[in-house]
Amino acid sequence: MTLVSEVSSGKHESVDPVMSIRGINKGFGAVQALTDISLDIYPGEVVALVGDNGAGKSTLVKILAGVHPQDSGTITFHDKLVSIPTPAASRALGIATVFQDLALCDNLDVVSNLFLGREIGTIALNEVEMESRSWELLRQLSAKIPSVRIPVASLSGGQRQTVAIARSLIGEPSIVILDEPTAALGVAQTAEVLNLIERLRERGHGVLLISHNLADVQAVADRVVVLRLGRNNGEFRVADVSYEDIIAAITGATDNVVTRREAAVRAQTEEKNK
Amino acid sequence: MTQTPTVPMDSPPAPSDLQDERLIRPTGARDTFTAQIKRIRTGDLGSLPVIVGLVIIFVIFQILNNAFLGPQNLSDLLVGATSIGVTAIGIVLVLLLGQIDLSVGSMAGLSSAIFGVLLTQAHWPEWVIVVVALAAGALVGLLYGFLFVRFGVPSFVITLAGLLALLGAQLALLGASGTINIPFTTGLVAFSLLDYVPSWLAYVLAVIAAGGYLWSSLSRSRKRTKAGLSSPGPTGTLVKAAILLVALGAIIAYLNTGGNTAGVGDSFVMFVILIVIMNYVLTRTRWGRSVYAVGGNVEAARRAGIKVNRVYIVVFVLTSTFAALGGLLYAGHLGSAGLDSGSGDYNLDAIAAAVIGGTSLFGGRGSAWSALLGILVIWSISNGLSLLSLDSSVRFMITGGVLLLAVIVDSLSRRSRAAAGRA
Ligand SMILES: Nc1ncnc2c1ncn2[C@@H]1O[C@H](COP(=O)(O)OP(=O)(O)O)[C@@H](O)[C@H]1O
Ligand SMILES: [Mg+2]
Repeated sequence: MTLVSEVSSGKHESVDPVMSIRGINKGFGAVQALTDISLDIYPGEVVALVGDNGAGKSTLVKILAGVHPQDSGTITFHDKLVSIPTPAASRALGIATVFQDLALCDNLDVVSNLFLGREIGTIALNEVEMESRSWELLRQLSAKIPSVRIPVASLSGGQRQTVAIARSLIGEPSIVILDEPTAALGVAQTAEVLNLIERLRERGHGVLLISHNLADVQAVADRVVVLRLGRNNGEFRVADVSYEDIIAAITGATDNVVTRREAAVRAQTEEKNK
Repeated sequence: MTQTPTVPMDSPPAPSDLQDERLIRPTGARDTFTAQIKRIRTGDLGSLPVIVGLVIIFVIFQILNNAFLGPQNLSDLLVGATSIGVTAIGIVLVLLLGQIDLSVGSMAGLSSAIFGVLLTQAHWPEWVIVVVALAAGALVGLLYGFLFVRFGVPSFVITLAGLLALLGAQLALLGASGTINIPFTTGLVAFSLLDYVPSWLAYVLAVIAAGGYLWSSLSRSRKRTKAGLSSPGPTGTLVKAAILLVALGAIIAYLNTGGNTAGVGDSFVMFVILIVIMNYVLTRTRWGRSVYAVGGNVEAARRAGIKVNRVYIVVFVLTSTFAALGGLLYAGHLGSAGLDSGSGDYNLDAIAAAVIGGTSLFGGRGSAWSALLGILVIWSISNGLSLLSLDSSVRFMITGGVLLLAVIVDSLSRRSRAAAGRA
């Protein structure tokens, strides 16, 4: 029974994934950073991408964000084969990436940061419209920002993360990619950001969450995809998997669910072939 | 009663920007005042230190020589401040990007040489020469911008090289003749030295300024209220507009008591209009927003899709063009274009004016108005000391001290902003 539930597609048989990637390879000189990676993201689903340092998580994110192209493999977005040569192309497809360093302008206020690069208004900026939209968005996210007219430098780490995530939603993306959003945060602020991720799921965005923190992953993710040494090393529904099993998949301990599952699948096919 | 609702049921809903319970919001005039004090104490100084400094300077020089605040001297002071002030607008722009242009003095010198030579030797029409000089400025700025974005050379190195090269061009142009006298009959001299705006026009401009302020504030309040956002009541706006009108009217009336050779100079009016335009562009347009963004965090601006290189290039072009305009006004005000036009303290005065006026050396913070406030400080010191017949040695030392003070205030306020969470 546990073996079946590990297979992810169970819940989604009727829904098409927003994005499917298949057989992605990426090398940097002598280093093969990613080998034959596959991953699906469905609307309204939080997928956690976990793996040890150097597993290739950031490389995969950068491919999806258009920072550098894959060597081979396909990316399908809304059933169409796409290429993502530039960050702008990634954004145009509807992929919003929140990098770990947030990229906020400390000297500008919250509204200016939210709308940076896509301000409303023809010649003069329409500050009123932008401010109303900011409040609307922040309220939808149940974000705790005391004022949108203060420079973002005066916000706490969690609030800054909130602004960065809210900003990614301005273009109504289908997928939001968050690279280590809680890495630098305290307990309360982490809770704030995890709440925010739940809101993203409720709004129907597909979320790809890169995290080192398995407690966070278990708190918000629906599915966990494990990378190890640049390869897929297991995929679990969070509801059905134990902490130890994820750890085992990350570290590559030989006796873990993945090896057990592979053994079971092999046994099954051998059964059929008989 | 078990629960005490904080808001009575029948009161209208709070504006959507004031609903967070942790927001400290002023409710009365007293609170507004204390909020202002708090802002200042936490390092958000705005233009307060400059204005206080200006008042102190005025008082001291008036005590030392009671001609200082006379209408004639004040008129001269404003007109004299204009050429370097216009140059300082350009410095504000580069500083907002966190860059610098050290060659504005040489650019101004070159542009005054161009004017002198083309007027007295080539006999071109004046307006053509003005266009040529401004175009020369734009071209130099374009070159700086190109070198900066293409090779990533620090702007202070590029413009230091420019300082020398442009000085060379100025000397070559003036050639053996050295100093060229510009006849007092030329329009440029009239504009930048002799002519004062007719008093009726000055009053009309004051009314337009106050009315424009009133109209834009009220229409913004109206839009905010309509969108369900908080807005200040009309009383404060009305009071401020009235104060502005009375103050401007009083200044004009006072300057006009000086007779025919006093008043508000043509070029000074242009200076203020340029500042109003640049202030609008910086604070209310997409391009202005991108200037502040690049100055605050280039990488963030780039990732937000701002064409960062274009912002740099346009700003370098504007800075050199403002310097060229400053040079023209300088030549007109002096009635000559010489080897030493734009040399000496011109450069440093322009940079010091922007910084003293409150534009940060660290990028991303400042306003077009700091060009006006800063140059008034510098020029008042310079004018006051020359009234006392003290020579330039004292003036240099005092201006240097004031610049140092301004930079210290800038650094300190940056530090206390960081401590108070306003960095
Ligand atoms: N730009 C690059 N040039 C060379 N090697 C790289 C580059 N980016 C990543 N790598 C290599 O690819 C591998 C995966 O790195 P990364 O994706 O950053 O891992 P993770 O984010 O999971 O810690 C590492 O071995 C790393 O050294
Ligand atoms: Mg990484």
